[in-house]
Amino acid sequence: MKSPSRRNLLKAVALTPAVAVIPLEAVVRSAREARAAAPAYAQPPEVYLTASELGFVEAAVARIIPNDELGPGAKEAGVGTFIDHQLAGPYGRAERWYMQGPWKQGEHEQGYQLKLTPAELYRAAIADIEQYVRGKYGNKSFAELDAKTQDDVLHELEKNDVQLAHVPADTFFNMLVDNTVEGFLADPVYGGNRDFVGWKLIGFPGPRYNYVAEIDQYGKRYDMPYVSIAGRDAAVRKG
Amino acid sequence: MAQRLPAVDVVLVGFGWTASILAKELTDAGLQVLALERGIFRDTIPDFSPTSIQDELRYAVRNGLFEEPERETLTFRNSLEQTALPMRHLGSFRPGSGAGGAGVHWNGQTWRFLPSDFELRSHIAQRYGAKFIPQDMTIQDWGVTYADLEPHYDRFEYLCGISGQAGNVGGKVQEGGNPFEGARRRGYPLPPLKRGAGQVLFDKAAREAGFHPFPCPAANTSEPYQNIYGVQMGQCTFCGYCEWFGCGNYSKASPQTTVFPVLLGRDNFELRTRCEVTRVNTDSSRKRATSVTYVDAAGREFEQPAELVILCAFAQHNVHLLLLSKIGQPYDPVANKGVVGRNYAYQITSSVDVFVDQILNPFMGAGALGQAVDDFNGDLFDHGPHGFVGGGYLALWTTGGRPILQHHVPEGTPTWGGKFKRALAENYLRSASIATHGSVMSYRDAYLDLDPTYRDSYGNPMLRLTFDFHDNEHRMSDFLTARATDVAKAMRARSFHAKPRKGRYSIVPYQTTHNTGGAVMGDDPRTSVVNRYLQSWDVSNLFVMGSSVFPQNAGYNPTGTVGALTYWAAEAIKSRYLKQPGPLVSA
Repeated sequence: MKSPSRRNLLKAVALTPAVAVIPLEAVVRSAREARAAAPAYAQPPEVYLTASELGFVEAAVARIIPNDELGPGAKEAGVGTFIDHQLAGPYGRAERWYMQGPWKQGEHEQGYQLKLTPAELYRAAIADIEQYVRGKYGNKSFAELDAKTQDDVLHELEKNDVQLAHVPADTFFNMLVDNTVEGFLADPVYGGNRDFVGWKLIGFPGPRYNYVAEIDQYGKRYDMPYVSIAGRDAAVRKG
Repeated sequence: MAQRLPAVDVVLVGFGWTASILAKELTDAGLQVLALERGIFRDTIPDFSPTSIQDELRYAVRNGLFEEPERETLTFRNSLEQTALPMRHLGSFRPGSGAGGAGVHWNGQTWRFLPSDFELRSHIAQRYGAKFIPQDMTIQDWGVTYADLEPHYDRFEYLCGISGQAGNVGGKVQEGGNPFEGARRRGYPLPPLKRGAGQVLFDKAAREAGFHPFPCPAANTSEPYQNIYGVQMGQCTFCGYCEWFGCGNYSKASPQTTVFPVLLGRDNFELRTRCEVTRVNTDSSRKRATSVTYVDAAGREFEQPAELVILCAFAQHNVHLLLLSKIGQPYDPVANKGVVGRNYAYQITSSVDVFVDQILNPFMGAGALGQAVDDFNGDLFDHGPHGFVGGGYLALWTTGGRPILQHHVPEGTPTWGGKFKRALAENYLRSASIATHGSVMSYRDAYLDLDPTYRDSYGNPMLRLTFDFHDNEHRMSDFLTARATDVAKAMRARSFHAKPRKGRYSIVPYQTTHNTGGAVMGDDPRTSVVNRYLQSWDVSNLFVMGSSVFPQNAGYNPTGTVGALTYWAAEAIKSRYLKQPGPLVSA
């Protein structure tokens, strides 16, 4: 038997060798979704953080992956810019997360249960941390502290030794460390890993696509130039 | 009010691996087949193009191709006394969404289960005595045997173009393969993948430790391949973007690369995307499915009548749909009655990271590029002295060395600061991880039901998962971790870091997307939801595919067995059910 609902269908002009039969609406929707799902780097960068918030983030990421004798750190790699763009985008808005109540704190094994999106968590945590720092260190902001004192504050956050007014310190700190590593080691199209500094530090050549000839050259260092998904030039794009 | 649509012969709920195979097989039989997929349509080009897919942040870290908890999630608790809370973002497991399902973003690790895995309760009782099985462990036989499934494993392997080295052909052990595997009728369709540096290192060390290493069976093509449907696949380039990504090179087996080209253009096949099935409707006898209800992307509700309804969604979603549709008796762990939701299981994993002097180039990889040891899987060794049930494999996989999620640092390295940076720099090219991949038995208190509080975006009660690791699994996993440590020691590494799985099951860190059970198969309707042909005991024109039918989970990745069971069920439907619709097994 043949489904008469096929009257409402059209044969999609498929881009593949196979010709797919998909409802018109689905085709229209898919096209719309495909645009909506374009990679973040294909859109004009948006920003979220205020200048002082960005100052905190840049100072903190500079301690998480410091600039030292091994080379540039997270700040020089553009990780502050990376985090700002991420918070302004779908990740910052928790767009794919289930964010309906009721809200209840559970066991550690049950995972994140805060009502705050990542962007909201950053804003609340930075305000709390700056208030704590100004109270303890003579009205200085976090960015104005010396490196040793900054490290002390970060250790306190990590160990949850400081009671922030609105958010759990360790939840924010772990997110900040994760986001810093992401920015340092993600493709440079996202604003971090500028000039491939993260990948050069560790020896990851980027998405090179084909290693059939090299995979069994055991012990040999791979020395082709570093590449981005957007090609070699993407590394110099400024956020 | 739902708009009632014209009837079709077969409606498939979901459009991943199992639905794609069934759609091909049942349209071959001349049936009008409709697949309802909750996600979007996706294909190799443009969705997985190599010019955009090799993006770790977008796909692996920000979950580009997976289901979105915003639309569909579940609640979770470790035990009956706790209050379950929603999984607000993905963690422990990552089901797919969209055409191809999780078959798009899997690694391609394609195993057969052992003959004894399918007769587990009988086998254990016979070898060690019935008392060897703990009281609360609810393991059971599958109702099918390895011999039943062997031709269907073969078919799935020749659909996918599996690269590998057979270890047992017709009872004869083959040099270089897994000597412990069940007998197969013939070798794999393609030779094993080239080994990476990590595989060579593992192979040598495992032999020194007295084990029997072999190349893992891979749904990544070692050579160009034309499959059983005439679809052409290309040779894998070891680009390292399999798991969490779609393959842009037609080299990883997926519904897109093995079935779509011969299916999608057929006049007797139709796919509707962004259509979420919310109910299977039955007649007044409750013994016959009449239609499914679904909601499209615009929020409109439709009723789709069909002669045959087959649930092909991801494991727990099939169970959710049965519970919402009130088909079969829901499982009650307190009264120990009912079946729907019973025997949820998972996988228990651990690892031993090794740090060596040699450059390993971890970025040259493929999802199923690995060297494994199977000496400690299933019941391949004497469990008497250990007192636990189950086992697993050890493997050194090189899936791609993508740097955000696959950098290893030695034990004791801080998670941030100058020492962390130095450890990154010194170890990325010179480290690897030996994984252990262990079975999880089923238990009276590990199950799925409907949540009393939280509702999904369609206003239906969410699925609730109650699950924890039991002492049996921890002891088994610790044993596997110790064997992986034996291999690490034989590597004479600079250092190694054993990471056993400790404590309660957590939904936070990624472990595996090998969720099983809840609609299990078997010979007895009092302890199973579907019979040995995956047909509902209660509603004979309803079948359930996928790992939701596993009575407990074995020590292997599930997809090979999911594929074999799909072909097994397809054959029963074509050769028997269509000739005389009704129960294929009398209850």
